[in-house]
Amino acid sequence: MSQPIRVLLAKVGLDGHDRGVKIVARTLRDAGMDVIYTGLHRTPDEVVNAAVQEDVDILGVSLLSGVQLTVFPKIFKLLEEKGSKDLIIVAGGVMPDEDAEAIKKMGVAEVLLQDTPPAQLVANLKRLVSERGPR
Amino acid sequence: MGEYVPSQDLLPRIDRGETVAIGRLITRAEGDVPEARDALANVYKRSGKAHVIGITGVPGSGKSTLVAAMTAKLVASGKRVGVIAVDPSSPYSGGSILGDRIRMTELANNPNVYIRSMATHGEMGGVARSTLATADILDVAGFDVIIIETVGVGQDEVEIVKASHTTVVVSAPGLGDDIQAIKAGVLEIADMHLVSKCDRPDANKTLTDLKQMLTLNAAKIAQSAWRTPVIGVSSLTGMGLDEFIAALEGHRKISVSSEGDKRRLEIAAFRLEKTAKRMLLEEFDKATGSARAELAHRLSRKEGDPYSFALDLVRSVTQ
Amino acid sequence: MTKALDKATADALRAQEKAWEANEVAGFLKKAGETKPAFFTLGDFPVKRTYTAADIADTPLEDIGLPGQYPFTRGPYPTMYRSRNWTMRQIAGFGTAEDTNKRFKFLIAQGQTGISTDFDMPTLMGYDSDHPMSEGEVGREGVAIDTFADMEMMLEGIDLEKISVSLTINPSAWILLAMYICLAEKRGYDLNKISGTVQADILKEFMAQKEFIFPIEPSVRIVRDIITYSAKNLKRYNPINISGYHISEAGSSPLQEAAFTMCNLITYVDEVLKTGIKVDEFAPRLAFFFVCQADFFEEIAKFRALRRVYAKIMKERFGATNPESMRLRFHCQTAAASLTKPQYMNNVMRTSNQALAAVLGGCQSLHTNGYDEAFAIPTEDAMRMALRTQQVIADETNVTQVVDPLGGSYYVESLTTEYEKRIFEIIDEVEKNGGVIKLINDGWFQRHIADFAYETALRKESGEKPCIGVNKYVDGTPDPKIHTHPYDYSTAERQISRTNEVRKNRDNKKHEELLKQLLVVAKDPNQNIMPVSIELIRNGATMGDLVETLKTIWGSYRESPVF
Repeated sequence: MSQPIRVLLAKVGLDGHDRGVKIVARTLRDAGMDVIYTGLHRTPDEVVNAAVQEDVDILGVSLLSGVQLTVFPKIFKLLEEKGSKDLIIVAGGVMPDEDAEAIKKMGVAEVLLQDTPPAQLVANLKRLVSERGPR
Repeated sequence: MGEYVPSQDLLPRIDRGETVAIGRLITRAEGDVPEARDALANVYKRSGKAHVIGITGVPGSGKSTLVAAMTAKLVASGKRVGVIAVDPSSPYSGGSILGDRIRMTELANNPNVYIRSMATHGEMGGVARSTLATADILDVAGFDVIIIETVGVGQDEVEIVKASHTTVVVSAPGLGDDIQAIKAGVLEIADMHLVSKCDRPDANKTLTDLKQMLTLNAAKIAQSAWRTPVIGVSSLTGMGLDEFIAALEGHRKISVSSEGDKRRLEIAAFRLEKTAKRMLLEEFDKATGSARAELAHRLSRKEGDPYSFALDLVRSVTQ
Repeated sequence: MTKALDKATADALRAQEKAWEANEVAGFLKKAGETKPAFFTLGDFPVKRTYTAADIADTPLEDIGLPGQYPFTRGPYPTMYRSRNWTMRQIAGFGTAEDTNKRFKFLIAQGQTGISTDFDMPTLMGYDSDHPMSEGEVGREGVAIDTFADMEMMLEGIDLEKISVSLTINPSAWILLAMYICLAEKRGYDLNKISGTVQADILKEFMAQKEFIFPIEPSVRIVRDIITYSAKNLKRYNPINISGYHISEAGSSPLQEAAFTMCNLITYVDEVLKTGIKVDEFAPRLAFFFVCQADFFEEIAKFRALRRVYAKIMKERFGATNPESMRLRFHCQTAAASLTKPQYMNNVMRTSNQALAAVLGGCQSLHTNGYDEAFAIPTEDAMRMALRTQQVIADETNVTQVVDPLGGSYYVESLTTEYEKRIFEIIDEVEKNGGVIKLINDGWFQRHIADFAYETALRKESGEKPCIGVNKYVDGTPDPKIHTHPYDYSTAERQISRTNEVRKNRDNKKHEELLKQLLVVAKDPNQNIMPVSIELIRNGATMGDLVETLKTIWGSYRESPVF
């Protein structure tokens, strides 16, 4: 039997804007995925530990406080230390285009901007998981 | 990206406690990946050291907060603790939102704690299909205590008894006048009762009611060497937690006695039955797919009756 | 109670409307249908094809009344913008106190008449700039303030008797207020003459914006202390800005925004009354903050209804007798959540329409968003255009010449009355179910907000809610390159060095003594936390000193999210 895609959604940093992450959580649940939500104000350490323990397919990081260039390098470094090799990282929130490009270069698979239609969001994540292949 | 690591290769890494490997084998157990069965069989045979504790209770009884508090205590006493938190899947989409980790944030970075969230995926009875396999994996990975937090939908979560060495039922004050454990049908399954939020003034009534109800049930309890305690705790003030941990330790001693053998046999029987039934269902689905569609058509045209057609299907698998 | 129409006239009008529907409308619909089977406001109120006097026949004329008269539906003051325009108060803040001070002076030079301070996330959450949680966030989304020295620098050269300062901060608001008081004292101002506002609305944080430190009860107690302290010592200061804005930005409907804010108001007033202060001693300084969203007339009706509801609550429920206690005064901000990244210059039009509705709704001060805020915090250029938008409305449109120019519009009056009714219904429902604090714990408000946010997302996806450049009139032309506000990576270092300087130079013995005293005061809910906090700040305490000390007895709030 095929297993639901597992996604961990995390708010990293100090901002509490959770409107977007909640919409994403509901959308993914309604598309049949298992969504683990770790709550507000998480640190990169906490998020990476959780993602590895939960062995999710996708780690979604939502932030609207502009700290993307601080947070993502840390996340990638921690994942490497843990030996996690096939985790798909997706970012969401408000950020300038240059920053979105920069974090993609670091290895973020997709940057989901405000107003991404729910159906497209689901399709994109499914595509990313199928491109990765069985694990 | 990453390549497929054979499950057998994960085993030595799990023995070393490598988080990535532990997490991956759990995922494969959850997905019932055929390739992983041998590895899981190996894990099953080597498991049995850990104390598996089931925690159940109605929504709002404070299960997650309690699990966080007891885990912190256990870790402080040098134990390694695995937590399996089960939440319901949506009956509509099959998806889920699992939020139990939020209550355990303080433990997130502790290397001696492993938390895994799990959805029921249609399984009834309060635990997920792969909960027991997950407990085995955490066991061989060196976790001393494994806590299973059930769904907490509030009723008929009795399977946890057959999945744990010690079953704890949590109630809370202020959730209505009835005794929640009765309403939920879990009064009798408890090895111990906990009343959470005992920092609140209305907790005493819940404690008294519960104790009284257990006295009425004393006849059944008298057959056992274990007296089901009722313990008031507060995750906020820490009250009652030491007593609770001591009671868990006390019950563990019983669970390794001859009475414990009985419990272990029950657990094994349940595990066997569950696994066999699931395999049977799978066989059934696989073997009868096309025949079923054909028979359904004939049934709709009244060319037969549901009873004999169904028997045909079942026989085609079992013979 | 006087009715706008007698029954016979109203009935005749209704009959006429019915006949019109059957004849003119039906005939026209046969030739060409309407674009939708039914029409709704953005907040989901069904709207009729058109409105007549019969639709307001049941609204008592006294409820409409005149500007500056109870129940203030038409405006808090009789002459409104004929005497004085609204305060053009653009929020600003980034980097260190020096950086923000420069931006403030720029905005004042551009004609801005009040200032509003945006703090960085660590300051908003009560962390010092060198706390591990602050990494990467110092001075990024707002200004970093750790100590009194920062506050002094931020407002250097700004005349606080002429320019009113709004401090947009919540869980750590009392500390910022303490700094402001220290500054006023140092400059020799009469405390009872300084004006300004501190947001300090913690309940909506638990509901919506999620900036919180302590659990709900001690958090509300701090707000109570701010209000009671100000009532005695800062008579012209607004000690709270009860805010619907963030509820709306978290995804609520305009009705939920309005109603939940009124529920919060009631909770605060109840708390303050328990200390024995009379309602008229503090109610005149209660201030409000609402969003202005895209549905033009609905927003205007919302503001008018809010004034009426507030007046009735204060008079009828709390027995206020001073009219000042019944006038709802509000700051307004256009809806940041309505801004888009694609075709970002459209944001100028969106903001302009929303600003016009805010003015027609009778706001007392206004912030217009920058067109680039779907990318980052605004640049100077975007802020200038946002301010000019207000100035165009104020000086070129003449909408300021008549007070409440939409008063008497059948549609707006009817929707105003409908809003009033529905707001009171929600207040009743909240009280019946145990009140605001219990329902926050239950996730009740959060669930309502999340539901409307999710519906809005689905409506945008289906196109039912048009969003130009996003789901309609999407074109392939790339947008002109945008220059966003840069972040100066030296900010944290500069900031931390000043904070360390303050720590080094303070009287540490006295500091420790005062922290002990803070704990004593905090443990006794009958005492007020302000005086000892002011002492601490004056002696060089950092924000984190106070917050971390209080965490040892109050703990931290952790929410159980609802979806």
